[in-house]
Order: sequence, then C-alpha cells, then structure tokens
Amino acid sequence: MTAAPLLELKHLHVGIPQRAGAIEIVKDVGLTILPGEAFGLVGESGSGKSLTALSLIRLLKRPLAVTGGEILFKGQDLRALTDRAMRELRGDRIAMIFQEPMTALNPLKTVGRQIAEMFVLHRGMGWAEAGRKAIDALASVKVPAPEERVRAYPFQMSGGMRQRVMIAIALACDPDLLIADEPTTALDVTVQDEVLKLIAELCAERGTAVLMISHDLGVIANMCQRVGVMYAGKLVEERDTYDLFADPRHPYTQGLLGALPRLGTRHGAAGRQRLVDIDSLISDREVLRHDFCYQPRNPIRDPRQRAEARA
Amino acid sequence: MRRFNLNLWLGGGLVLLVLVGAVFAPWLTHFDPVFDANLMVSEQPPDGQFWFGTDEQGRDVFTRVLYGARISLTVGIVSQIINSVIGLSLGISAAYWGGWWDDLVNGLTNVMLAIPSLIFALAIMAILGPGLPSLLIALGLTNWSWTCRIARSSTLSLKGQGYVQAARTLGYGDIRIMATQLLPNMVGPILVISTLGIGAAVLAEAALSFLGLGIRPPFPSWGSMLTGARELIIIAPWAAIFPGLAIFVTVLGFNLLGDGLRDYLDPHMRSRAT
Amino acid sequence: MTAPLLEIRDLHVHFPVGKSLLKRNRVLRAVSGVDLTLARGECLSIVGESGCGKSTTALAVMGLQAPTSGDILVEGDSIVGSAGPDRMARARIAQMVFQDPYASLNPRQTVHGSLSAPLRLHGASKGEADERVAAILGKVGLLPDHASRYPHEFSGGQRQRIGIARALILGPRILMLDEPVSALDVSVRAQIINLLLDLQEEMSLSFVMISHDLGVVEHMSDRVAVMYFGQIVETGPWDAIFARPTHPYTRKLIETIPDPDTVLHPDRDRTAGKAPPPPDGLRFYPDTANRPDVHGTPAPSDLVEIGPGHWIRCAPV
Repeated sequence: MTAAPLLELKHLHVGIPQRAGAIEIVKDVGLTILPGEAFGLVGESGSGKSLTALSLIRLLKRPLAVTGGEILFKGQDLRALTDRAMRELRGDRIAMIFQEPMTALNPLKTVGRQIAEMFVLHRGMGWAEAGRKAIDALASVKVPAPEERVRAYPFQMSGGMRQRVMIAIALACDPDLLIADEPTTALDVTVQDEVLKLIAELCAERGTAVLMISHDLGVIANMCQRVGVMYAGKLVEERDTYDLFADPRHPYTQGLLGALPRLGTRHGAAGRQRLVDIDSLISDREVLRHDFCYQPRNPIRDPRQRAEARA
Repeated sequence: MRRFNLNLWLGGGLVLLVLVGAVFAPWLTHFDPVFDANLMVSEQPPDGQFWFGTDEQGRDVFTRVLYGARISLTVGIVSQIINSVIGLSLGISAAYWGGWWDDLVNGLTNVMLAIPSLIFALAIMAILGPGLPSLLIALGLTNWSWTCRIARSSTLSLKGQGYVQAARTLGYGDIRIMATQLLPNMVGPILVISTLGIGAAVLAEAALSFLGLGIRPPFPSWGSMLTGARELIIIAPWAAIFPGLAIFVTVLGFNLLGDGLRDYLDPHMRSRAT
Repeated sequence: MTAPLLEIRDLHVHFPVGKSLLKRNRVLRAVSGVDLTLARGECLSIVGESGCGKSTTALAVMGLQAPTSGDILVEGDSIVGSAGPDRMARARIAQMVFQDPYASLNPRQTVHGSLSAPLRLHGASKGEADERVAAILGKVGLLPDHASRYPHEFSGGQRQRIGIARALILGPRILMLDEPVSALDVSVRAQIINLLLDLQEEMSLSFVMISHDLGVVEHMSDRVAVMYFGQIVETGPWDAIFARPTHPYTRKLIETIPDPDTVLHPDRDRTAGKAPPPPDGLRFYPDTANRPDVHGTPAPSDLVEIGPGHWIRCAPV
C-alpha cells in the first residue's frame, strides 16, 4: 500500500470573486501528489496551470483568489491556515522555483546570504552557521567553487548558475514538496538538461515530491511519473506518463502531442507530415471546455480514487 | 474594470473651466478689460455688479481675469508646443542615431537642466524685450529638457523592438521611422509631461509679467495684474487674490490632468484583448 | 553553374568590448568566419544556443548589422558596403519574421497600415496596395476585415501571421525566420509551421531559419548548420545531421533536447550509437569540454567533408 498522499487538491476553483458569482479561471481541479513523486502539470499559456500552483502556497495576486475546494497538505487544510502559519510553511515544507531566476533573486544580496536566510528563518540558526550551511547547499547544486561563489551577486552569474542558486534556496530546508514553474524555459537546451537532471537527482535523494509546471511536453515526459494536462482551466487528462504518451485519450492531449514536431518523426525527403492543428481536430472548443473531461477507467491507476477508497 | 480617475476628471474640469472662460470672455462679461476704467468705482469690493471687485482704476477684476486667461493659455500652450517640438526632435534623433549627436544633445540637456529655466527665460526676455512674442520664445526655448529626456529614453527602449527593425528592413528612411514608428508610441508620456509643462509655463508667465518683463500693463495678464495689485494688497486684496487664484486653479488643473493622463494611459490599466 | 541565391563568405562580426584608452580594445567575436549558401526554394536552418552568433549572422544578412569583414552575395552580387544596393532595393532582397509577435508589430498601426505603408513607400498606388494587402492577408489565413484592426486585438498566433504577411508584402527573395514559433503555444506553433511550409511550396520561398528547437528544425529544414561560439561546427543535409550527427556539440544538442518520446522508448539512442571518431589526423574543433575564448583569435580549424555535403569542423591534432 502506498503512503498517504502528500498533497491533495479537491475541486479547486480559482477565479476573481465578484458580487454575482465568480469569474472562474481554474475549474474543479482535483489531483493528488504522493510523497517523493514527480507530478507534471502541462498546458498552454492561460490554461490555469500556474494559477493552480500559486494557489497552493497562497501567492495569488489580487483580485485572484481561491473560490472553492480543498487544498490538503499532509492532511492539513492549507486554506484554513493563518497567513503567518502559511509563511512558515512556505520555503520550509513547500518550496518554489520560478522561470526567471533573475527576478526571483534579490539583486542586492549575495547568493550566500540569500541561501543562509532560509536557515536563519526556518531553522533558527545563527548567521555564521547558516553561512557555512550555505556553502554546502551551493556545493550540493554543483556550483563550482562554492566557497567563492557564496559571495557573488546574482548579476555576476549566468542564467543556469542562478537557477542552481534558486534550487539551493528552495531545497535548503529539505521541503516535502518542490513546485517548479517552468524552471528551465529561459535557459539554453544544454543548460536546461543539466538543471533538470539536477532537480531530479536532488529530489530523488531527499525524497522531495515535485510539482513540475511546463508547457514543454518533453520536459514533463523526462521528469515526471504522472502528468496532468490542463486546458481552459480544467484538468482534462491525468495519467501515468507512459500511458499518456503511448495512448492519449482526451482529444486535446492527442492534439497537443500531434502538434509537436518531434525528433525522428520525419522520414525521407518527402516524409514531412503535416502537424496536427488542434483547432481543426477539436472543432468545437466549447464542447471541450464544458463537458468533455477525462474519466479514468482504471481506478487502481488513479491516485485520486486510490486515496478516496482509503478514506 | 477601470477605477474612477479623479485626477483626470478634476484636472480636465478645471482646465476646461479656464478654457471656456478664455474663449467666451466677451460673452461672459460686458466690460472691456482695458478701456472700461472708471475711477468712480475704483477699489470696489466684490458685489453683484463686479463679481471679483475692481482695481485701482475701477476696472472689473473678473473681466480682466477672464481676458488674462487668454494670455496665460496662449503662452502656456504655444510655448509648450515649441518645447515639445524641440525636445522630441532632439531626444528621438539623439537616441536613434547615437554617437556624437547623442553626446551633444545629452550635454545640452544637462546644461539646460542645470540652469534654472526662469533665470534663463529672464535673460532671453532681457535681450528680446517685453511682449507676447518674446515671452513665447523665451518660455519655448527653456523648458524642453524633460521632454527631450523622456523622448530619448522611450526611443532607446523602442528602437530594439521588432517593428522598428522591420521598418528598417522594409526600406523606411530614418526620419520616417522616427515619425511613424517611434513618435506615435510615446504619445502617452509626452502628453503627460506636456500638460505639466503647460502648468509650469503659465506660472513662469505670471512670474515674468509680475517682474515687468512679460505682458506690460494695461493689458491683462495674471502676472501683470498681481504687479498692479501689489500696492493695494491691504485696501483691495481682491485685486490680488483673484488673479492669484486663477493661476492656482490653472496650474493645479494642468498638473492634475497630467497625473490623471499618466494613470489613464498606463498600459497596466488598459484592457487587453488576448 | 549559376550563383546561389545567398552566399555568405567568411563573415566576421566583432563587437568592441570594454572601451578603454589605455588597454588595447578587446573584441567579442560574435561571428568568426562563417560560410553559408542558400539555394532557391530551400530552407536552411542555423541552430545553436544563445550567444552562438546565429542571430548576428541573420542581422548581417538583413543589413541591420555591418560585418567586420567578409562578404554577403545575393545571386552573385555583393550586398555589403557602399557597393551594395540602396535601402529600397535591399528591402526587396530579404525580409524577416521576428520571434516575439507582441513586440514585432507597431501597436499604433492597423494591420492595413503596417502592410500598405511599405508598398506605398515602394511606389505602389493606393489601389494596388489595397489589393495586395487583401491578397496577402488571405494567403496567411486572415480575414479581410482584420485589416482595420490594431495588433492588440489579435492572439499571438494571429500576430505572427500578420508578421509573416508583412515580411512577404514586398515579395522578397529570402525570408529570414528568427525563431518564428518559439514564443508561441504548442498548438499555435503547429499552425504557423504548417502555414510557413504551405507558403514555401505555394510561393517557392527560400527560408533561412534561426532556431534552437531541433524538433522544428528537423521538421522544416532542407539543410542545417550548427553554430557554436561564432563558428559553424557541423553543416549538412537535414537527414545527415539528424541521422549521423558527428560533431560532439551537435550530438550534445540532440541528446539534451527534452524529447517526449524518450518516455516510450527509453533505450532509443537519438544520436545513433557511439560517437564516430574524427577523421584521420584531425580532432573535432572546438573541444566542447572547454568553452572557447570569444575574445581571442580562434585556433586554426577547417570544415572537413565527411559525406555528401556533410561537413564538420576539425583542427589538426
């Protein structure tokens, strides 16, 4: 029997609350992440994948707000937490890395100081001890010469190095869940590869679960055991990664996979296939928007039902 | 949803009020601002006939404030147009061409910012002599540096945009690119700085006229009215208060309008179709 | 044999860095000896990571960046320097589709304005321009009544269609595609790629595409040139590059691209087995383990042909 779920979203709704009902942007999203597992949330811009993640750690910007549903983290309802308790949880038990490390890092503090802050804030260490731990943390994300680089400022580092620093900060307190929102989109492919491998390696080592948000199916496929596909604010398909890519069921997922020019799919000089045009495949997007949501057929494979069966 | 923009409406309202007063002055009063002097009614306090009272020569202050608005607005708007033309052409061309031209314009802008513009305008007035044309020239030549700076920085950020590059590859000449691709995309900040500039010019006109270098009496300008009322400040304070109030309302109006426009034109407040 | 449509000969673009009176001026060698040819009707892709010089090469062809040395010829005639064509003639040689569809259209110009102004500038009458705008809008899949709208009324994919229409409006001989789909969502990407390929066939267009997305490159290209630190390290027909990637840098690029298919075929080796050895007496250059110095003069190296039209950069051992 598998462990109790780490994170459960039940009927999550995110939107702009208004007097007459809410404008809903994320609709009825339910998903479960088990301890130590990597879950991918894939979708196009505006699909609600980032809002789903931000709502977990209460970082939605007004007027956006969670308008319904439950967010259970280790069985505790995060929506019921005070702001103070949430702040303590953030960075300690749930950490987040963003697409652009330059804007997420403080340009006026050395990277060592920014890592050390995590230990001071969440572990109550003194600055001297925290500073030593920061060097270890920087070494763990394979930044060369960590004793020197702790004194560097973010602008003195390349994009890949900055993202490593972000990972060091995020993983400093051994969180249970790492939310990675397009962590490598701004990076070159060879650097992206290194950063992704690093995230996978470190999280596997520490048993940290990952919620990976990306528009890149390749990244998700390489990183995650399970994938949720979001479209127009809904989770339209949620499967084991292999199953999803081998046999996509929802027309939107099928379209997404067919729309992607993939390496090794062109054969011979004339072997150029037309890419699938999702709009022509799903002629009526409205149908999709309202009803056509994937129903899992095999309850054993679906952790939502697995968890519900236990409860 | 757009929040109610108080600055825009209040500023716009005040400016409109002054504008209406200036344009329709002959219909709003039956006095003549210069020739209806009547010593029999000099230094009368405000009443039903003379709404703002009369000055030492018995002229209706209300009438003179209305006609003074014509001078003030003309000076404010025309001199700001001159400033904008100078600032925009220098700022856009400096940033677009770069090199020594940019260095030169930058140096000139810094010099202009270092000299208090009122002192500079005073010097020009001293050379040209008093009168409306020299006032326009003096104020039009001394307050373009902010416009220039904004035009320059806007151009620097815009010239890397794809559409400016595209225009170059499509065979557009430099002047055409500046006029059709760069200029229209900075109207927002330029409009804001211009309304603030009009307010400043109105104030500068009043100051210069007060010093006797602008509009000379008996023609009604708010500044020259203040000069005339200086000696009456105890016995007929209304002769000073109302032109002063007019300056205040006009400058406040243009400043509020500028702030309001800045909020109004802020792209974050604009609805965006995606 | 007639001259190729586009020929780049030994192109160098160096940028001065750290201007100082005392120290000798250092230069950044953004492009360091690039040779390329483009045949009519072909799609040549230049791939590489940021800073490899692919965009600078493109800007040099567009005339937006003056080369330090080297020559660029179109149908045998040089377009570089004072002997080159004037800006009007140049505009009809090459046009560009930009990466960011949000920054590449003038927000204060209607679609019709963006498209008809260049035509009018090049001497078309108002009637001719209107006709041509309507025709090109149809070609890129937009409706005639889209012409009166402003860019902010369009989605990213539609804007990119407008960008393509603008690039085609003067009937240029070369279309430069600078990461034409990388800013777009996956589903829109497919539509724009299909559109570009349709247009290429229909109007016999010649593309130079700048990209870092190897999936798109494989799908669209006839020939591929891989750039690394200002130099071409491998070039050849698309099938040779993807079936037999030889230079270590090319192999690294192909290996590291996140491919959704790896989840289905984890053992499939995308770079077709073991790395082939360099030709006798030579070594691959540059060595991907050490970052080349972009300021110094690169060590002598040459492109060596290892298959029909398939070249790799090597240096003597």
